[in-house]
Parts: sequence; structure tokens; C-alpha cells
Amino acid sequence: MSEHAAVGKLKEKFSAAVLGVAEFREETTVTVKKEDIVAICTFLKEELGYNFLCDLCGVDYLGESPRFMVVYNLYNIATKDRLRVKIPVEESDPRVDSVIGVWGTANWHERECWDLMGISFNNHPDLRRILMPADWEGHPLRKDYPLQGPGREPYQGRLS
Amino acid sequence: MANLETMTINMGPQHPSTHGVLQLVLELDGEIVKKAVPHIGFLHRGVEKLSEHRTYHQTIPLTDRLDYLAPMSNNLGYVLAVEKLLGITDAIPERAQRIRVIMTELTRLKSHLVWLATHALDIGAMTVFLYCFREREEIIDIYEKVSGARMTSNYFRVGGLSADFPAGLEKEIRSFIDAMPGHVDTYEGLLTGNKIWQKRTIGVGRISAEAAIDIGLTGPALRASGVDWDLRRDNPYSGYEKYDFRVVTAEEGDVFARYKARLDEMRESCKIIRQALDALQPGPILADAPKICLPAKKNVVNTIEGLIHHFKIVTEGFKPEVGEVYQGIEAPKGELGYYLVSDGSAHPYRMKIRPPSFVNLQALPQMVEGSLLADVIAVIGTLDIVLGEIDR
Repeated sequence: MSEHAAVGKLKEKFSAAVLGVAEFREETTVTVKKEDIVAICTFLKEELGYNFLCDLCGVDYLGESPRFMVVYNLYNIATKDRLRVKIPVEESDPRVDSVIGVWGTANWHERECWDLMGISFNNHPDLRRILMPADWEGHPLRKDYPLQGPGREPYQGRLS
Repeated sequence: MANLETMTINMGPQHPSTHGVLQLVLELDGEIVKKAVPHIGFLHRGVEKLSEHRTYHQTIPLTDRLDYLAPMSNNLGYVLAVEKLLGITDAIPERAQRIRVIMTELTRLKSHLVWLATHALDIGAMTVFLYCFREREEIIDIYEKVSGARMTSNYFRVGGLSADFPAGLEKEIRSFIDAMPGHVDTYEGLLTGNKIWQKRTIGVGRISAEAAIDIGLTGPALRASGVDWDLRRDNPYSGYEKYDFRVVTAEEGDVFARYKARLDEMRESCKIIRQALDALQPGPILADAPKICLPAKKNVVNTIEGLIHHFKIVTEGFKPEVGEVYQGIEAPKGELGYYLVSDGSAHPYRMKIRPPSFVNLQALPQMVEGSLLADVIAVIGTLDIVLGEIDR
């Protein structure tokens, strides 16, 4: 399969920041350095037309280094084209620059990512928990967070 | 400027017009809303966490409970994502695809009927509510006949469907969609020209196309702001490219425009269902993928391969290769997306749901700030939110 058009332009402009490109089931995923995420997102939106942020979420690869990935699923409404951008995030420094300045919709997505995955976002205007209660401890979607919640016996029944 | 004091009032989470357990903290200056802060999460059940501990098939019933007004759309988005992950998208039989389209379009009608019913009731039009629920009941009857359940259908399977249509159902669906456009005309007759309805909706909750894209609105809410984008046409799935339908758009971006857009969508859905029924041919309803789809009962009891496959699928599930996919579909409320990460095991390593209502609700503050308190009710209705999928 030929290379995604946006990938070539990204590599040209941010050659040092692109860590890897993967193709799977006709979908393109670009992994980039987290320091450049705002610049890259701005470039993708302004120059390449990815004007719609469908989704933003964190994935916990417990046991690997870096432990987290933050995933941005982008869409270009004019060309109907999708692109996925990922940034690796270290467990020791789970902080990422917010992309609210690029897409306003990132606001609640980033709050959810903070709430459930424990990745905080620099320059976010309102980084509160969104789904869990304000006084909740821990981040439930992390892999080391027990399914039954904290302080309870593990589930004894069959899970699958 | 003597007195600039504002009053903060709390609305919900137990309030009939918040459509579920949504809490709004409103800062009012007289009757003008200065600030609106939504608080969500009261219905959080941890669906994404639960799915990481179940097999791919066992996750399907969890998706019913996201947007419980449109369970089959949630099923469809999920099974399409898993099929993409497995690489069997092209192996889905024609009949299964047609039935998926018929059922998801009926689901769209069902979802829009509840939206119209409650939206009109909130604004004070009681009759429409009763009419809409009468028609919705017929769709629920169809649901029950195909899946055995009225609400939580759990009907689609990875690779196809759980069961074929029962005898005589096609005729029933046909007579329903023959009558449905007339019913839509009835609702329009009660509301569109109604002076009270117009006063409460025209110019209310206006959002421009640019602002709507920036905040992430999708579905009819985005199209009513003049953005011509529908995933059924633009990134077709389940064979939507074979159907002839119009993507309904409007320019005004207010409550009235979104109302008109959804009503027209209901008419278009009837057209799609009719085309799908016309083209529906007998055939298999599950893909020929014995390691993924449960075998027919007669093969389980009569053949050793069937028995083994049944046993393996039930006890272990299937294992997609390592990878990640994102699948978005045009659910009744907007883009419903599933982002699935597989680590090669029988459980999703990570499932992220992009619920349309979650993102659409985010637009509420900017739609209501500066308008009257009573308009907040109209705007909540027009966003067509379901807290089940917002909180997951």
C-alpha cells in the first residue's frame, strides 16, 4: 500500500519528531514525540485539513516503556480521510500539552483521559474529573487498577 | 450598574427535562443564563473497563446499554470495529448486511421518535409525545420479533446476525414504513407551523458551522449548521453505498433547523428501508468463518468440527492479531466511534467508545450562554442526549 499523503508531509516538516508509521487494515497511525504534539496538530489542521478531532484517549501498556500512549483520531471533513496520531508518554512524567487551542472539542476528551487514565494536560483550562466523583482516588482505566475497584476482594467468578 | 448579583441555580440530576441524570449548574442574571456548567458521570458503569475482561462476543450486550434508545446502532458500530480488526469486513453476507441496514434505520426512526416526543413535551406540546410513542411501539414490536428483547436487542454478531428475520416480518416492516411518512407529516402538521413552537425554537441555541466543527458536533446537529457530512455516504459501511438517499442539511443552525433536519432524516430512513427490503434475497446470515462465528445448532450436534468450534468459541473466544482500528458509524445522534486495540488475546486490550452525545453535550454551554433559562430546556432537547452513552 502506498504511503499516506499526510505522512510524507509530516516527515518532511517534522523529520525529527516522527517516531514511526504503521499501516493496519488500511488505517494509518503515526507515532510522534510528545513535545511536538501541539505544533504537529496545528500543522495537520491548518495545512493538511484535519479539521475534526473525532476522539482522544489514552492507552495503558503496563509493563512497557513508555507506559502510556495518547491517541488522537483525526478526520478531514473535506477529503473524508482519517489519520491517527499517537504520542508515547512516560509513567514518570504523565503530562502532555493540551490541544484545546487546536480543536475545542479536546476539552472534555482530555478531562476524561485525565480522569480515567491519569494523564494530565498542560494548559488545560478546566482539568477536573468528569465521569468519576471529584474526590475519587486512582484512575480506573489503568491496567493496575482492579476491576472490582479498590479495597474489595477480587471477583471470584468467571470473567470469560 | 447598581446590582450585578447573579443567582446560581441547580438543575438536575433528578429533573424531567434533563433527559436522564444530567446536572446543570446555571448562573443566572434575572432570566439570562450567564454560565452553564454540565456535570455528568452519574450513570458511569465502566463499560470500557468491563470490556477488557470479556471476550469480544461478550462485549456486544454491553454496547446495548450505551445509547439505550438506539441499541442496534451501538451493536453495529462495535461489530464493524471487531470485523475490521479481524479483517473479515468483506466476508459479511449480503443478506446480513441488508438486514443490518434495515434494523439500524428502524433504530434511527425509533431514536428520533423518542427525541421528538420528549423534545416537544419539554416545550409543552403533549400530543406529539403520544403519537410518537405509538409509532415507537411498533418498532419495538419488530425488535422483539427479531431479537427477543424490546430494548436491549443484542442482535448483531461478529460476522453477521444472531438470527434471521422470522416469517412474515418483512411484510410487517413494509407496512410500517408505508405508513410512517404520513405520521411524520402529522407531527409536522402539529408543530412546524405552530406559532408557539416557532417562538420557542427559531433563533434559539444557534451555532455556526465553524464553531460546531470545532466543538465536535456530529450527526443532525452538525448538518443543521450547514455541514454536509454523513458517514453513511462519505465513509460507507454495511453496503450503504448501494442506497439512494439524501443527506439532509439546513443552514440556520438553530433548534428549529435541527428539528427540521431530523424530521427529514426520518423520511429518508423510510426510503432506505424500502430499498433494502426490495433487494433482500434469501441467503446466509453469518460469514463463512468457523473460528469466529458460532456454528448452526444442527452442526454442533451432528458434526465433530461444529462441536469443537462451538466449544472453542464459547470457552476461549477468538483472537484477532495485534493491531488497532477505529470504526465510526452514523448513529442517530452523530458519529459513534469504536477504537479497539488488540494485543492478540481473546479480550479487547482497550476499547474506547466515542459517544456522539458526550461530545454534543459539550456544546451546550456555548449554545445557551446569553439566552433565556427557558431556552436551556429547548437546547437540551435539541442536542438529543442519552446519558447512558455519555457516562458509559
